Amino acid sequence: MATQTAKPASAPGAEHTASVPGAAPSRIRRLGRAVLPGPAPGANGAALYRRWWLPWLWTAPAIVCAVVFGVFPFLNTLLLSFTDAKPLGGAASFVGLDNYTRMLDDSDFWLATRNSILYALIVVPLMVLLPLLLAILVEKNLPGIGFFRSAFYTPVLASSVVVGLSWQWLLADDGLINTWLEKAHLIRDAIPFLSDSWLILFSAMGLTLWKGLGWYMIFYLAALGNVPKELHEAASMDGAGAVRRFWHITVPGVRQAMMLVGTLTGIGSLRVFTELYMLGGPTGGPGGADRTLPFYIKDVGLDPITGNAGYGSAVSVALFLLTLGLTLLAQRLTREDES
Amino acid sequence: MTTATATSTATETARRRRLLPRWRDYGRPRELVVRYLLLLFVLGITVGPLVWQLLASLKSTGEDVFGANASLFPHEPTLRAYRAVFDQVPVATYIRNSMFVVVLSVGSQLLFSTTAGYMLSKPNWKGRKAVWVVLIASMMFPFESIMVSLFLSIRDLGLVDNLVGVWLPGFVGAINVLLMRAAFMAVPREIEDSAMLDGAGEWQRFRYLYLPSAWGAILVVTINTFISAWDDFLWPLIVLRSEEHMTLTLGLSRLQSSSFGYDQRVVMAGSVISVIPVLVLFVITQRWFYKGVSSGAVKL
Repeated sequence: MATQTAKPASAPGAEHTASVPGAAPSRIRRLGRAVLPGPAPGANGAALYRRWWLPWLWTAPAIVCAVVFGVFPFLNTLLLSFTDAKPLGGAASFVGLDNYTRMLDDSDFWLATRNSILYALIVVPLMVLLPLLLAILVEKNLPGIGFFRSAFYTPVLASSVVVGLSWQWLLADDGLINTWLEKAHLIRDAIPFLSDSWLILFSAMGLTLWKGLGWYMIFYLAALGNVPKELHEAASMDGAGAVRRFWHITVPGVRQAMMLVGTLTGIGSLRVFTELYMLGGPTGGPGGADRTLPFYIKDVGLDPITGNAGYGSAVSVALFLLTLGLTLLAQRLTREDES
Repeated sequence: MTTATATSTATETARRRRLLPRWRDYGRPRELVVRYLLLLFVLGITVGPLVWQLLASLKSTGEDVFGANASLFPHEPTLRAYRAVFDQVPVATYIRNSMFVVVLSVGSQLLFSTTAGYMLSKPNWKGRKAVWVVLIASMMFPFESIMVSLFLSIRDLGLVDNLVGVWLPGFVGAINVLLMRAAFMAVPREIEDSAMLDGAGEWQRFRYLYLPSAWGAILVVTINTFISAWDDFLWPLIVLRSEEHMTLTLGLSRLQSSSFGYDQRVVMAGSVISVIPVLVLFVITQRWFYKGVSSGAVKL
C-alpha cells in the first residue's frame, strides 16, 4: 500500500519534502499516501487526489441531502403541479394546466396571497427600523447594558408556539391587555384581538416583530460598530442633534445592513405560518380568512382527506415565484443603492 | 522612600479612577435617565410576556391568571402546575421525542457539514465547483414551497408519523456546510503543510488540526441546529399524526386548541419547560449565539 502510493520523485512537492533535514524516508512515503501526487496546486490548475473518490466520499452526504431534499423536491413540485396527486398516495393523472386555471379563479388563493404580501409590506419597514433604534439604545456601554441586551434577545429563544400561547392569553377577551384597558376606562368592551380577522392578522404581525426584534438588534449592533465614532463627535460639535445625526451618519453607515435585513425579513414574511396558526387557530382565522400562502398550501395540498397535492404544488410554485421576485427586486435595489 | 510610596499610591488611585468610570463619565444625567427609562420600557415589552407566563405557571388554583381580579405575582407560589403538566399531558413523551430529533439533527449536521465543508475548502480536486453549485441551488427554494413534494417523498419512504421523517429532510444543511467551509478556509496553509511533513493523513489533519481550529463555527452550527430542531413546528405538524410521536411544540400547540379542557397554569408550565433547554444553551454559549446571528449574513 505504502509503496503503491509513494510519491513520484519528479514531483516538485517531493523534492521539497526530501530537502527537509531529518525526515525519514518512511515518513516521506507515509506523506505520499496522504498528499497529492503530481504538480503542486496552482501549477496547472489543481492537483488531484490519488484516490479520486475520496473528496466525493467526504461530501456525499451533503450532496445527497441537497439533491434529494432540495433540488429534486423543487423539480418534483413543478411536475406535480400538472397532476392531481393525492397526499396519501393512489394513482395520479396528468391534468395539464387545470391546477393553474383553478388557482387564478380561487378567491381563497388570492386572499392568502394578499395576506402574505400585506404581511411583508407592513413588517419589513418596521423590522428594518425598530431593531436599529433598539441597537442604538443598547450600543452605548452603560452599567448593566449586557443584561438588557441579553434580555431583549430572549424572545428569539422561545419557540413561536410558546410565544403564541403567551400572546394568546395577553390578547384574549379577558386577557391582560383588555383587562388593563378596561381598568383604565379606555374601552368599554373587549377588543376582539383573536376573533376579528383583521385584528388577528395585525396581532400576528406584532408577534413576528416582537420575536424578531432581538435577533436583528444584534445584527445591527455588529453593523453599528463599523460606523466611525469620530463622525458622531464631529457632528455633535457642529451642533447636529440626535435626529439629524441618526439620518445623516447612522443610516448611511448601516445602509448595507438595512438592505440585508429588509431582504431577509421580506422573504421571512412570505414564510409566516406558526404565528397565524397560534393566534387564528388551526383554521387560520374565521373561515380561513387569515391564512398566508404556506398555510394555504398546507390546507389544500396536504390535508389527508380533502387534500390535492397537485393543486398544493401549483400554489407552491406561486409562492416560489413570489419569493424569487422579491429576492430579485431586493438585489436590484441593493445594486442601485451601491452605484 | 516614603515619597516613592506616596507617588505610587497616587498613581494607583489615578489608575483606579480611570478603570472605574463614574456615572458622570457616561453622559449628562438627563440623557442617562431617559436612556434607562427607555431600556426599562423595552424590557417590559420584550420580557414582560415571558415573565408573566412564568409567574402565571406558579399560581395556585385559587388565584386568577387573568381577568379583573388577577394580580401579577402569585400570592402562594406553588409548583403544582408543573406536576400537573406531567400528570395530565404526556409532556415527558413530548420532550423525549423532541430530544430524539434534536440529537439526531445535531449529530448528523455536525458530522456531515464538517466533512463536506472540509473538502470544499480544499482547492485540489475536480468537481468541487459542481458540488458548490448544487449546494447553493438547494438553498434557493424556501421550505414552504417544496414541502408538498417533501411530504410525498417521506410518505413513499414510509416515514409518515415517524420521528425519523421529521429529522431526515434536514440531516445536513447547505448553509452549515458553507459556514464550516469558511471556517476551515481561515486555517493557515502553512500549519497544514507542516502537519503533512509530520506524516499526518487526511483524517488526522481533519481531526486534530482543522476541527479544533474551527470550534467557534462548530458551536454556531450546533446552536442553530439545536434551536431550529427544538422549535420547529410546521414540518412536524405535517409529518406526525399520533399523540405518542408528537414533539414538544406540537404537543403544546394542541393544548391551545383544546384549551377549555386545560388549566392555563398548566399550559404555562409546559411553555416554561420548553424554553428551559434553549435558555440553558444560551447562557452557556452566549458569545457564540451572537456570532451565529452575524453569520446570518452568509445565509443569503
